[in-house]
Amino acid sequence: MSNKPVYTIPIGPIHPALKEPILFTFDIQGEVINAVDFAPGKVHRGVEWMGMRRNPVQIVHLCDRICGICGVSHTLAFARAVEQIAEIEVPERAHYVRSIIAEFERIQSHLLWAGVAAHELGFDTLFHLAWRVREEAMDVIEYLTGNRINYGIVQVGGVRRDFTEDQFPRIRKALETYEGLVNKLVTLFLEDTTIKLRCMNTGVLTEKDALELCTVGPTARASGLKMDVRADAPYAAYGDIDVKAILPDVYADCIKGDVYDRIVVRLFEVVDSVRIIRDLMDQMPAWPVLWETRYAKILSTCKKAEGEAIGRVEAPRGECFHYVRMNGSEAPQQWKVKASTYSNQMSWLKILQGEQIADIPIIVASIDPCMSCTDRVTVIRDGSPDVMTKDTLHRLSVEKTRRLQA
Amino acid sequence: MSIVPAFPEVLRQILKKPVTNLFPARYLPKSITGFLNKVAAGEATINPPVALPPNFRGKITYDRDICIGCKLCVRVCPAHAIEFLPETKTVRIFVTQCIFCAQCNDVCPVTCLHMSDEFMLADTNRYSENLIVE
Ligand code: SF4
Ligand code: SF4
Repeated sequence: MSNKPVYTIPIGPIHPALKEPILFTFDIQGEVINAVDFAPGKVHRGVEWMGMRRNPVQIVHLCDRICGICGVSHTLAFARAVEQIAEIEVPERAHYVRSIIAEFERIQSHLLWAGVAAHELGFDTLFHLAWRVREEAMDVIEYLTGNRINYGIVQVGGVRRDFTEDQFPRIRKALETYEGLVNKLVTLFLEDTTIKLRCMNTGVLTEKDALELCTVGPTARASGLKMDVRADAPYAAYGDIDVKAILPDVYADCIKGDVYDRIVVRLFEVVDSVRIIRDLMDQMPAWPVLWETRYAKILSTCKKAEGEAIGRVEAPRGECFHYVRMNGSEAPQQWKVKASTYSNQMSWLKILQGEQIADIPIIVASIDPCMSCTDRVTVIRDGSPDVMTKDTLHRLSVEKTRRLQA
Repeated sequence: MSIVPAFPEVLRQILKKPVTNLFPARYLPKSITGFLNKVAAGEATINPPVALPPNFRGKITYDRDICIGCKLCVRVCPAHAIEFLPETKTVRIFVTQCIFCAQCNDVCPVTCLHMSDEFMLADTNRYSENLIVE
């Protein structure tokens, strides 16, 4: 080690390089990161608290809003948990509708991420291109559900809107657009010298570390872990079709677990999602899409339900996990949400170590963090929160004026 | 393959029409509210928004005359946006609170609630007349 002094640099809670509030503390020696610590909990919104005061039919729409990007993954996980407790049989077609929306969500989420990654590298041209092609998925989602985000389509016991035969051509058109774009995207992202220079061998997470840190989703797959909830524990319609975990070796010769591999995994998952949607559309069974159209019946069934269950869904960022416990009352007795970033965030400590300051934005972004999904608590020590509220600041200010006047 | 694969794509983009729809006016007016007032007075026209998808969920509409006051909508509203008025046995909907899920539309036994296409709802007063439906 050189004898350069070690500086401690905080980045966050709000920082232009970060997309969401989180506080990083870096020990920096020269340009190199010696150690990292981070404090999440800056966007705790009390979602679970709100949920435990509402009935499941209301919570599904609250779930839509846990994450701004994964509008269906959380809802799906929650609905699956409640359906298991209340022993509700979801109609076959509803499973297909759910899966198709979930796959379109994966496409738009991965393209959004690809754009963000390019932006973090300072490659804004690519950022705009990625976000332009993402619009196609957003448009289809809006066409099918009525909303671009917060789709509000999943209900306990099925889905609220069915796809009609005349909507299929629009879906097919979107799929064709993406099929035509695949080669272009792969070239633009994976054969670009700048991206190769910045991403190869940067932020490396070895397979062993990925396993020991319990990473999930594309972050884990980029390090060579063959895991995907859709393949390992099929839900919705994924049991009927062929899904397998995408590893970086679909493109590269070896798996390194660096930022580049994470781009590879996500881009090829977009390709795979297009294929999955085609397969799903080809074998969609017939009506109905909701187990019970009278909401009063859904409400009373949920109210009678007792027991506990978990719902697992492969969200674009990895496994999304909901635990629900019902005790025969209107609202759940307990509801626990574990978003994928919760599992992935510990890998930051490993992958940031030894890298340079300039690599922080892209490495932090490479696990596709979503802090507002993750934050379930805000730490309060000895009665004093880390967070200063407006009232506290005002009180402190008044006290200081009084002290000066005295 | 060029060293910068994005370059030909950028060149192609220059010739294309921008995808962004300029809304509500083609050029930024001095004051947006002033512009919208002019539109209301018929002195200016809005640059049309992108077409809405079918089944779009906009501002809620309510037909008070056929409502039977069953309170089902109040029970399913995720955002607690609906208030029951016991004197008249009708409901009042606070649009600023509404999350446009349309669940109340699905549940209403006499279908007196609907989602309209209206989406320009920004206001400085959350209790303005336009934002309370009853
Ligand atoms: S649309 Fe949804 S949020 Fe709005 S009033 Fe109806 S149930 Fe409530
Ligand atoms: S569900 Fe329909 S009928 Fe019942 S109170 Fe609400 S608006 Fe009226």
